Amino acid sequence: MTTEPILKGRGLVKRYGRVTALDRCDFELYPGEILAVIGDNGAGKSTLIKAISGAVVPEEGEIYLDGQQVLFQSPIEARAAGIETVYQTLAMSPALSIADNMFMGRELRKPGVMGKVFKKLDRPAMEKFARQKLSELGLMTIQNIRQPVETLSGGQRQGVAVARAAAFGSKVIILDEPTAALGVKESRRVLELIQDVKARGIPIILISHNMPHVFEVADRIHIHRLGRRLTVIKPGDYAMSDAVAFMTGAKEPEKEAA
Amino acid sequence: MSPQDSSSDSYESSLSGASSDVASFEDHHKGFVGRFHDLLHGTPALVPLIVLVAAVLIFGLVLGSNFFSPFALTLILQQVQIVGVLAAAQSLIILTAGIDLSVGALAVLTSVVMGQFTFRYGIPPFLAVLCGLAIGTGVGAANGWLVSKVKLPPFIVTLGMWQIVLAANYLYSKNETIRAQEIEQQAPFLQLMGTTLKLGGATFTLGVIMMVVLVFALAYALRSTAWGRHVYAVGDDAEAAQLAGVNRHRTLMSVYMLVGFICGLAGWVMIGRFGSVSPSATTGVIGNIQSITAVVIGGISLFGGRGSILGAFFGALIVGVFELGLRMAGANPQWTYLLIGVLIIAAVTVDQWIRKVSA
Repeated sequence: MTTEPILKGRGLVKRYGRVTALDRCDFELYPGEILAVIGDNGAGKSTLIKAISGAVVPEEGEIYLDGQQVLFQSPIEARAAGIETVYQTLAMSPALSIADNMFMGRELRKPGVMGKVFKKLDRPAMEKFARQKLSELGLMTIQNIRQPVETLSGGQRQGVAVARAAAFGSKVIILDEPTAALGVKESRRVLELIQDVKARGIPIILISHNMPHVFEVADRIHIHRLGRRLTVIKPGDYAMSDAVAFMTGAKEPEKEAA
Repeated sequence: MSPQDSSSDSYESSLSGASSDVASFEDHHKGFVGRFHDLLHGTPALVPLIVLVAAVLIFGLVLGSNFFSPFALTLILQQVQIVGVLAAAQSLIILTAGIDLSVGALAVLTSVVMGQFTFRYGIPPFLAVLCGLAIGTGVGAANGWLVSKVKLPPFIVTLGMWQIVLAANYLYSKNETIRAQEIEQQAPFLQLMGTTLKLGGATFTLGVIMMVVLVFALAYALRSTAWGRHVYAVGDDAEAAQLAGVNRHRTLMSVYMLVGFICGLAGWVMIGRFGSVSPSATTGVIGNIQSITAVVIGGISLFGGRGSILGAFFGALIVGVFELGLRMAGANPQWTYLLIGVLIIAAVTVDQWIRKVSA
């Protein structure tokens, strides 16, 4: 791998009181790949993800996006830089429509006076775009894009959230436990969706506890332990049981160049 | 490097035979009640509108042309103008999942400021009105800052602010009333909102027109601008809205400041309605409850994020129709309160039913 990483973390540190959640952690994501991040509960993988997505500001260390050093103070800044995150909670407003949710915080306005003076939203354009993005991902047959999100099933909501990230994430998409709350069939759909997004050339960071899913879609697996990267493995080289042994500390990986 | 290598479990392979239509938005056949439910879910102001029209029709049938006249119907508008403006303000706060107990007191304080600035310091009435609006906005900003930055519950913040504002109002005014006659002679601008326009038998005041324009302007802003969507999103789930890219603090501050400004408008409307400026106007004590009543009858959820400001306007009108109708029918005024109590409980019951998504 001679290519430059699109996203790189160096020596990231974050403490919560006396707990060190990130302990001089390194991290790399290469263009076009799916990188899975796995780790035991409390290993600090959510903190790592939050540091990358701007929800947490690391105390030490540097983050580079496309070779440029960045310091995100909020998720809004990370988003502006092209990093989209699908949170475990999905971050959607249940009472608002699919289109309203997809454009939350980056609404389109009508051209001309109606948009400039009266700040009127361009609903038809937003609905058209939302519909297009959903079907582009082969997501679903939509009857009503104005439907409130709370009337959708869990899988459909997940689909809308992934579509939102895929529609706006130009550099990196982060998925936090996208299949944790889903049934078997719906998980399968989301995994296909992840492959679709990857096929469009956008690299993905996937946080998951589901080993079969991780081993199926990931190109590389970042194993997080005690606040830092223990090792990075390729799913072809190791068995799932090895990965679990590494992340729980039952087995030490051989030294290798990351 | 194949993703489907040997280490991958194959328990999902049996899925290939399963039906693949997982996530479709196909409408199920819901029947009449289901479709009515969907309609209400999408248009929450419909319930209070139906109640309002029914109330007007029933009182009209019982009382005849006495009630069903342009004069009586526009009289209702005049009687609800203060509560209507306060209800518009209250709606904004309640949509963000808050509550504002200080709206009535703030309206009284701003009316006192407008009056006293004119008569005590000799400031031109136009500037005095602007000062009143500015002080209303400032108190709203204080509420908003305490709610958004210090993260105190809105109920507590505005309970305290209600007492502070009311007491400040008595202290500052030295409990003096400025009489209507003096205002009329020396500063008629203060009573501008009381200017009447007659159209046939119908009588409108500028205050009434201002209320209607305000409600429709806010309804537009809430429905068709990004700011309005953010207000709903913050009220629905502030955490989610923030992660989705909404600036929660800025949205809350804008709402509380706007509400303070609208309370200032209500204070100006009060001078027009009563003619005088009195620090002991009952609005200071019951304005908050009246506005919350209108909002609740109007079908806005106290949990935030759901409902429409038009509903709150209809709610205020419903209360006005009941008050005038029962008085014209010669009923004991306690019947009004009793029926409004019933309406409040009924409105929340309907709201709960509407909120059930999978009915």
